[in-house]
Amino acid sequence: MMRIAVCIKQVPDTAEVKINHETGTLVREGVPSIINPYDMHAIEAALQIKEKTGAGVTVLTMGPPQAESALRDAISMGADEGVLVTGREFAGGDTLATSQALAGAISRIGAGLIICGKQAIDGDTAQVGPEIAQFLDMPHISYVRKIIEVNDSLIRVERLMDEGYDVVEADLPALLTVVRELNQPRLPSLKGKMAAKKAEIAKWGAAEIGVSPEKVGFNGSPTQVKRIFTPEPKGGRKTLEGTLEEQLETLINELVEKKCL
Amino acid sequence: MDYFLTEEQAMIRDLAGQIAAEKVVPVREELDEKEEFPREIMKVLAQSDLFGLFIPEEYGGLGKGSFELVLAVEELSKACLGVSTTYAANALGTYPILLFGSDEQKKKYLPDIAAGKRLVAFGLTEANAGSDAGGIQTTARLEGSEYVLNGTKQWITNGGEAEVYTVIAITDKAKGARGASAFIVEKGTPGFSFGKKEKKMGIRASSTSELVFEDCRIPRENLIAREGMGFIVAMKTLDSSRVGVGAQGVGVAQGAIDEALKFARQRVQFGHPIVGFQAIQHMLADMATETEAARALVYAAARFIDSGAKDVTKASAMAKLFATDVAMKVTTNAVQVMGGSGYMREYPVEKMMRDAKILQIYEGTNQIQRNVIAQSLIKEAAKGK
Ligand SMILES: Cc1cc2nc3c(=O)[nH]c(=O)nc-3n(C[C@H](O)[C@H](O)[C@H](O)COP(=O)(O)OP(=O)(O)OC[C@H]3O[C@@H](n4cnc5c(N)ncnc54)[C@H](O)[C@@H]3O)c2cc1C
Repeated sequence: MMRIAVCIKQVPDTAEVKINHETGTLVREGVPSIINPYDMHAIEAALQIKEKTGAGVTVLTMGPPQAESALRDAISMGADEGVLVTGREFAGGDTLATSQALAGAISRIGAGLIICGKQAIDGDTAQVGPEIAQFLDMPHISYVRKIIEVNDSLIRVERLMDEGYDVVEADLPALLTVVRELNQPRLPSLKGKMAAKKAEIAKWGAAEIGVSPEKVGFNGSPTQVKRIFTPEPKGGRKTLEGTLEEQLETLINELVEKKCL
Repeated sequence: MDYFLTEEQAMIRDLAGQIAAEKVVPVREELDEKEEFPREIMKVLAQSDLFGLFIPEEYGGLGKGSFELVLAVEELSKACLGVSTTYAANALGTYPILLFGSDEQKKKYLPDIAAGKRLVAFGLTEANAGSDAGGIQTTARLEGSEYVLNGTKQWITNGGEAEVYTVIAITDKAKGARGASAFIVEKGTPGFSFGKKEKKMGIRASSTSELVFEDCRIPRENLIAREGMGFIVAMKTLDSSRVGVGAQGVGVAQGAIDEALKFARQRVQFGHPIVGFQAIQHMLADMATETEAARALVYAAARFIDSGAKDVTKASAMAKLFATDVAMKVTTNAVQVMGGSGYMREYPVEKMMRDAKILQIYEGTNQIQRNVIAQSLIKEAAKGK
């Protein structure tokens, strides 16, 4: 029976989050945490495959101890178990260090299919999924909008492109990153919530995942953040007024004047 | 007010509340407008295990009781009574099997009902038998290994949509009230069809239709309990489910208060938010107090039922009567607090007021509830207790 690993991240609910304009960072205090919205689609995709094939679903996150609640939320939707990769050694990791850690954990889980959200809404890099695949030396398909077929040895999907889509087939094991168009994430079930309450969440440090502490966290991160800031809006701004037709006319005239058209 | 819910009960309430807020509120206006059955929402309720709440674990349910069902119904009713009626009528239709069904009947039907795969309806009312259920004319005649049903049930909630129907019919006219029996009829049985779908004042997402039986043959095993038990099955079923109608009243009243309060804090007249006017404050205070009293009574009655008490008729009638009268009054006053805006379809309270009216009518009108309560009082007095 195949095992599916779903990588999720706990992020601040952006609907509620504010930005500290002095430091350029998110103000996380008092903001509720949610599962990264793209990861919800990854969980749903895994659960749909589970329903069809009986695959087991393990959700996985790297984060502080409180990220355990995100794993329990995923279990309440129907995932079978959760793994929390946690420890001081992981603090301050960039996407490479994070991927290294998650790849180590996935090796230990032994998954045949790995599903990630396209990107996390707090960092927006979209790098972690493909990097995990690289560490695990397996193919990855990003921006999956539809899973056409999956069995124990291969997967065929539609990959969203700027114009239209590609149909891509890969041997398993493989990694997917998924977009919103893929599905509609379900709400939790009562049986799931009860299971989530009782579930034992495995907690793995660098030792448990067989990765050197030098390769994860701050030490394992080639990227160093120098400064985070909100760019100043450049140039002047203008709000058009009047009816839609009037606004359109002004807009076109100005664009012609500025030689944009 | 804190009703000391267990962790599990709070979980049930919160999940039902989440479904109500995320899946029901955004579509309730459209469902009402189009008189559309809430099929998608029923799927969500099924996937969330809410259809299994009151069904024993051995049949695939969660093994909870009336109280947990009441919590779920209340939350859904805050958002839309049409949706909560669909959900609650499923329980109404299931009780005859749950309370009186044989082990085989339970094994055959309850797991699918718990999983939300098959929706259920309850058919008692007929054109000439409303409050006076004794007047039913639908007959069931035993012929060999089959019962043959003839007659028409009217105003049956979930009619046409449900897969399984529990139906009361006369098996022996000569025996009067002891001549009725309860049956299970599956959709698709030859001779069983649906008449017109009613157009209603409120709960327009809920489907209400006729059940028509024309020489409809069902296996003898579909008799629930014994011949002659029909009215006992019906009365015990209603005793169990009426408290759910009470919960609908509490839910819609709370939903209306929430809307009215929100509006009153924003609406400015004479230079002040209208919530500052004592006339408005007193209305809101009465609405909140009466709703809380209704909630306390409904919860107490549900817990009384779950205690295994033998005679719950009076308790459930009181809960239904009080909470639904409160619901009508509170929703009407919510419209009043909001003035012309309250009367407009743009705001949800006009729908809540239209919807609330049914609660005083179905599962026994509130006049009939008063009769029932008074009869219990007289009986108790005669027994000297
Ligand atoms: C939307 C809707 C859904 C329904 N769903 C179902 C369902 O799923 N299954 C089902 O079996 N039935 C269902 N019903 C039927 C419902 O239970 C009956 O409408 C109800 O019991 C009242 O019967 P009636 O409408 O015939 O009113 P009547 O019995 O004709 O009553 C008319 C008036 O007379 C009063 N009255 C009658 N008798 C007395 C008395 N003895 N003392 C004092 N006052 C009295 C009543 O209170 C009422 O005010 C539904 C009805 C509606 C409208």
